[in-house]
Amino acid sequence: MIDLLGYGAFFLVNALIFGVLCLGLNLQWGQTGLFNVGVAGFAAIGAYASAILTTPEAAERIGGFGWPILAGWLAAMLIAGAAAALVGLATLRLRADYLAMTTFGIAVTIQVVALNATALTGGPFGIAFIPRPFASLAETPIAFNAANLALTAAVVLGLFLVLETLTRSPWGRVLRAIREDEAAAASLGKSVNFYRLQAFAFGGAIMGLAGAMQAHFIGFIAPDNYLSILTFQVWAMLIVGGSGNNRGALIGAVVVWALWSLSSLAVGTFVAPAFQARAAALQIVAIGMALAVILLVRPRGLVGERATVSRDVEALHDEGAPAHEPVRD
Amino acid sequence: MSLQFLADGLFAGALIGLGAVGLTLTYSILRFSNFTHGDFISWGAYLALGVVSALTGWIGPAARFMPFSFGWPLIVGGLFAMALTGLLALALDAALFKPLRRTGHGIVMVIASFGASLALRAMLEFLFTSEPAYFSRAIQIAIPIGFGIRVTPDQAAMMGLALVVVIAMHLLLTRTHIGRSMRAVSENPALARVVGIDVAAVIRATWLIGGALACVSGIMLGLTVQIRPQMGFDLLLPLFAAAILGGIGSVWGAIIGGLIVGIAEAGAVQVIGSEYRSAVAFVLLIAMLLVRPRGLFGVREG
Repeated sequence: MIDLLGYGAFFLVNALIFGVLCLGLNLQWGQTGLFNVGVAGFAAIGAYASAILTTPEAAERIGGFGWPILAGWLAAMLIAGAAAALVGLATLRLRADYLAMTTFGIAVTIQVVALNATALTGGPFGIAFIPRPFASLAETPIAFNAANLALTAAVVLGLFLVLETLTRSPWGRVLRAIREDEAAAASLGKSVNFYRLQAFAFGGAIMGLAGAMQAHFIGFIAPDNYLSILTFQVWAMLIVGGSGNNRGALIGAVVVWALWSLSSLAVGTFVAPAFQARAAALQIVAIGMALAVILLVRPRGLVGERATVSRDVEALHDEGAPAHEPVRD
Repeated sequence: MSLQFLADGLFAGALIGLGAVGLTLTYSILRFSNFTHGDFISWGAYLALGVVSALTGWIGPAARFMPFSFGWPLIVGGLFAMALTGLLALALDAALFKPLRRTGHGIVMVIASFGASLALRAMLEFLFTSEPAYFSRAIQIAIPIGFGIRVTPDQAAMMGLALVVVIAMHLLLTRTHIGRSMRAVSENPALARVVGIDVAAVIRATWLIGGALACVSGIMLGLTVQIRPQMGFDLLLPLFAAAILGGIGSVWGAIIGGLIVGIAEAGAVQVIGSEYRSAVAFVLLIAMLLVRPRGLFGVREG
């Protein structure tokens, strides 16, 4: 029972970190319509930035800065956000597809750098001994996992509230206006590209934070953690949960991560070791097809975006006799 | 510095170019960047391998065309596999992209293609494992052709094949009815529909041609390097770079873009080593988007 609780906390920490990635992607795609296929790349930037800055000295690579974890997280956000801003500067004025190709390219390039810039990243062996929050509790896994769950949940809650406030603010309305009709937003005097750049950079910073949180929770990173499968998982989570809705992003993260973990567990338990690589491949096929089916059958996802209705219309409904829900798309 | 990198770069560039032609056609006619295109390349190679082993299993081993490493089974198998890869692309369109086209959001198709790409690749890993496979294990002696450059007979044959395919594509697009219809749809779909062009037939032709070309580039890669489920996906970034470099929609642009990417990669390997090879395409892509986003031969940025 205690074991199960401990595993539950461990599972939730991982799921919520994915939730942070989803919140970042939701700001970029769900709110602003910016297509990012490089989620893994921005998570990698955050993870490596924080890991390099916080780890003790290591003989084989640059390091030994020994920053506190929190400073590492902030640096991760800053650096990943700056990287996203650079990508955005180059491509946001172009067609949406070019952003897709460029973000895909940056993820590939970052992975190559992580793999080969051994002096900075430790190369294929990655970086170990990344300080973990509440490391003093590591003797009792349940306390350690519970403390980390509390910390992660607090970060997620804070981020969620900030994003919800931003979404409802005039700033958030401009983002959605750009997403829905770029020309109309521009004709109202909104600097479309500048708003897009802000949303893209902030989203990238959130992904960097998630990468750093994951690196510090696990305590070890390697280039293989940041393959395109990670990007794909985050997209599947956002689409299952309901893009455009922060609550949906978090729900999708927990649901998809639960399905992913359960199916991995099933593969590990019921499949003979010789066939496990094949079964794992089949698991990816299933998730890929599930994503396609959801896009076809229920593009809104589990929760979906709340319809934005003018307060004048709402007032009209309040006065008129049969108050009913606004029409949703 | 040996000039060998030029030959290697040209060869890599030719197969990148062939892949990029399919990508640029699907982009300009269906208006989305198709992330499954790289996996069509892998599927093409495995399908060819499947047909070849079925043929040799059925009739027994065939003699090689000396000095090449392959005999007639690869030629027959290659043609079959081209058709099969085209059909695979058509099937994927019918199951996934066609219904999404009706709902009318271009970028949703990109997400769907990203998911489909992963599923296609994982399916290959499931069927064939991630161990590399080979058309032939025969060792090829590279022949010197002057200037210190050596080329294997297979490489020379594949370069010839690539040239034939490109010329055939050019004739198809300029001299046949379906080719002209394809160009019309890529210029202006609404107008093309108004003048009575069968847009559904154009879309079918685009998938068939794109799939078949991807298969050729998969066979080229499989014959000269090896066949792996990841091989096409790893080519995706060079393909995008080539298509953008040449200008979206331009067949010759895609070929020339492919050659530029191939030679730049081979040259970079000489200078900075092979570790960063896959970053070269990205640098070219970014540079092109900053300087001239419509590409070398692109007509417009719309």
